[in-house]
Amino acid sequence: MTTDSQALAIRTRDLNLWYGTFQALFDVDLKIKQGIITSLIGPSGCGKSTFLRSVNRINERLGYVRINGAIEVLGKNIYDEDVELVQVRKQIGMVFQRPNPLPISIRDNVLFGYNIHTQGRRPSYREQDDVVENALRQVLLWDEVKDKLKSKATELSLEEQQKLCIARLIPVKPGVLLMDEPCSALDPKGTEAVEELIWELRDNYTILIVTHNMAQARRTSEECIFMLMGKVIEHTATNTMFVTPAQQETADYIEGRYG
Amino acid sequence: MFAETALNVRDKKVQGLFRLIFGLMTVLLIIPVLVIMGMLVYKGGSIITIDFLFTAPTDGMTAGGIFPALFGTVWLVAVALLISVPIGIAAAIYLSEYAADNWFTRIINLAIINLAGVPSIVHALFGVGAFVVFFKFGTSILAASLTLAIMTLPVVIVSTRESLQAVPRAFREACWAMGATRWQTIRRVVLPNSVSGILTGVILEVSRTTGETAPIMFTGAVFFTPLLPQSVFDQTMAMSLHLFVVATQVPGVPEELPFGVALVLIGMVLVMNSVSIALRMYLRGQKKW
Repeated sequence: MTTDSQALAIRTRDLNLWYGTFQALFDVDLKIKQGIITSLIGPSGCGKSTFLRSVNRINERLGYVRINGAIEVLGKNIYDEDVELVQVRKQIGMVFQRPNPLPISIRDNVLFGYNIHTQGRRPSYREQDDVVENALRQVLLWDEVKDKLKSKATELSLEEQQKLCIARLIPVKPGVLLMDEPCSALDPKGTEAVEELIWELRDNYTILIVTHNMAQARRTSEECIFMLMGKVIEHTATNTMFVTPAQQETADYIEGRYG
Repeated sequence: MFAETALNVRDKKVQGLFRLIFGLMTVLLIIPVLVIMGMLVYKGGSIITIDFLFTAPTDGMTAGGIFPALFGTVWLVAVALLISVPIGIAAAIYLSEYAADNWFTRIINLAIINLAGVPSIVHALFGVGAFVVFFKFGTSILAASLTLAIMTLPVVIVSTRESLQAVPRAFREACWAMGATRWQTIRRVVLPNSVSGILTGVILEVSRTTGETAPIMFTGAVFFTPLLPQSVFDQTMAMSLHLFVVATQVPGVPEELPFGVALVLIGMVLVMNSVSIALRMYLRGQKKW
């Protein structure tokens, strides 16, 4: 996989996906580079969320989803027989559109994934404290919540909740972060804060972010993928796409003629 | 320009009329409850004493208390719960959290709905055939409680499943996306957040089971026995059957006795329903989403 100049985090080959008889993805062939932020844009129903949700196989819960082709994450097809689903989910973290902290304490939220994936002896309280502090510091939330770690996560503001949802992924040490419109439930101030955070995180993770907001794609991503009707229309450096799009459909979309 | 027109006046009259009709119907609904409770208290209230609750019937059941029946009902309900609650909750968890939406699940759901619709006397006959005769439990608490358990199983399953479904899907997705297994998700997130609903369902089941007569009268409850049950293989008296007996089967019963029995029975049910409502309100208050 190292024939490319830069290592690939996600590589799809002829990916087709159906919801029952409705085909949502058509021959998606993508090479998403490691260690950068890639954004996925396109009008509603273009398949961008569907694509994102097949990269950690969370789509599968719906019994009527059928997939053809391959999604290689860090060099391994995650749809292979010998792949353990729990490991897929561990390596590939996901942030949802609506912040969904669990209705338990802030501390327990951060530790949830960590405790699930820690084998053998239970980590001591002190070790857990370190994990919590480290994760919350990385998402710039520590100072706000350090005195109320035992209170319910669902009482935080939406912005704080979304940061917490990112924080709880950190102790699990995923290589890839999938974000499904992570700011769409937030106000402008919260959006700015979470965008900043995503930008901060880009050194340590490969981030794939679905967004409706083209300005956000432009601000936060290094490469950009434009999808339309289940097909990838264009995949290029974000600056290039927004300045000199290669395809007419892309140009029409980013100029706001539809979507 | 905002003045009332003739049309407005007519519409408002019609609107008032319908409001009145709906209000009256609602009041009508309360009347039977008040009349029943009032009559029971008026006619049977005087007989209820501590002695009445804690002594056995005497003089061919025309005097004395109701203790064996009260005690028997507690036995019957407790054993029925021990059987139906674990099975019902496990089945509900399977249906809500594991089962795919396919023809098999749909048949099971259909079976549950049909089981809920079976008349209690049919359950009684099934209980006689299956537990009393086939499994040779005889007429016993075990046979009666098994019959009650089967009858109330749909209630437990449906109420538990509804409580589980009320836990937002976003919580489950959050867990799965972190690599939690189905069971880890259920144990750490789904169950803790649905326990209030499950408990409410169980208590409602208790109150319903308490009043049932038909399913127990052929399977384990008897007309009269001065002996308290020692094990689940004994027969027992029960409140509901006792009420039927003193009201219709025994000559020379003073008028206040059946009313007193009925008052105690309905009191048990009301207390449990109130506990259920209070518990639900308390646990709902704990939730924050």
